[in-house]
Amino acid sequence: MSNPRPLLVLAGLLLLWQALVWITGVPRYLLPPPWLVGKTLLSEAPLLAHHGAITLVEILLGLVGGVLIGAVSALAMAFLPPLQPWLLPLLVLGQTIPVFALAPLLVLWFGYGLASKVVMAILIIYFPVAAALFDGLRRTEPGWLDLARTMGATRLRTLFRVRLPAALPAFGSGVRVATAVAPIGAVVGEWVGSSAGLGYLMLHANARLQIEVMFAALIVLMAMALALYVLVDRLLVRLMPWAPETLARSAN
Amino acid sequence: MARAPRTSFDVSVRNASLRYAGALLFDRLDFTLPAGQWTCLLGPSGVGKSSFLRLIAGLVVPDRGEVVCSDRQPLAPRLAWMGQQDNLLPWLTVLGNVTLGARLRGERPDLAGAEALLARVGLTGQRDQRPATLSGGQRQRAALARTLMEDRPVVLMDEPFSALDAITRARLQVLAAQLLAGRTVLLVTHDPLEALRLGDRIHVMAGHPARIEAPICPAGAPPRDLHDPALLARQGELLAGLADAQEAAA
Repeated sequence: MSNPRPLLVLAGLLLLWQALVWITGVPRYLLPPPWLVGKTLLSEAPLLAHHGAITLVEILLGLVGGVLIGAVSALAMAFLPPLQPWLLPLLVLGQTIPVFALAPLLVLWFGYGLASKVVMAILIIYFPVAAALFDGLRRTEPGWLDLARTMGATRLRTLFRVRLPAALPAFGSGVRVATAVAPIGAVVGEWVGSSAGLGYLMLHANARLQIEVMFAALIVLMAMALALYVLVDRLLVRLMPWAPETLARSAN
Repeated sequence: MARAPRTSFDVSVRNASLRYAGALLFDRLDFTLPAGQWTCLLGPSGVGKSSFLRLIAGLVVPDRGEVVCSDRQPLAPRLAWMGQQDNLLPWLTVLGNVTLGARLRGERPDLAGAEALLARVGLTGQRDQRPATLSGGQRQRAALARTLMEDRPVVLMDEPFSALDAITRARLQVLAAQLLAGRTVLLVTHDPLEALRLGDRIHVMAGHPARIEAPICPAGAPPRDLHDPALLARQGELLAGLADAQEAAA
């Protein structure tokens, strides 16, 4: 870490939190001071690791599934234009259904275990990925398409050798958004019905007024989400050394 | 890579009409590209030169008319197109871009041939670089190498050198003239000097809807010497003619 700014911001926030607790004298069961949360993080580490691992698996499976299904439907729409008027409204319609409202139904259908949370995460991830990739596939530089045509390329080869690589930066933005929202899907699923995972742990601790455990779980979730985002972002940059945002970054 | 023999067929546009955004760009136009010659199409911006070239390339469908070859074979698999932009794919290396055509057709790329062409356009050292790291002149050289790699008897070029500085442009004109000698070439340009350097036949396209005038055929073989006073005098005439055409249209 050559850039100290994120750490400074974090330290500032912790100080602010501690100051708030001091000034207002708010009781521990409403807002625990940061040091207590830190202590809980250490003392409850095995518990947090157990539930965190379950949530992480849900997030990862949802991410892989949502990205795959989203990419395949975007490619299908781009390759088969007659599909567009059918699939596009369906896509938008699907997005207007709040996944949170669907959660109880999904738990009913897919059970209390892993499956319902993975499906929830997939539902949340699918749209940004499909929309971003489809948008990228539609915006191929016209000159490249002209070139491919005069070179005698088939539509399938044009799609995979010109349009898809050209759309990868847009796809990358979609995947970044998806990575950021994936934990929401998993945790909402756990809130509605589960017996394990960070979401379950939070509800459980909340009911017992173990607010410091709840905060500790929240921090683990944030750390996981942040680490995942950084990892995905690095991976995307490495995969696309030619993308404009990568070039801009290496120029800085 | 073997040198292609001299192109043996003419390409003719017959009775072509094209509308663009509601306006008639040209109406019942006839035009021939004689076999193995450089034809330059000169005209003011927006007159429809590019659309005319794209029509020959099969990239736009005319409202009327057709493009035929004198040997009655189809043109599409026998032409290469070079646009105003270099159209290099940013994720491929220079070598990858030069061999793009073969990959897009599912053929095995001729890497030795590509390297030989890169040497001829002076890009051997840039073989594995991506386009973003190249200068404007290098990018256009790569695009030229990609066009040559297609090894087609007919080459259509749409102001390929217009974005370059004067010195780089002059060098690339010479290079293109040498490497494309013997092929049927259509070069669309708004630069009279470029047309005079490279063209066996120079047509002026002007008016709304546009007409194409009878060709001017400068003496001597291209690429012609820029120091030739006759060439510069011709440039003056052409510029005056273009200005008249533009005024008449306005």
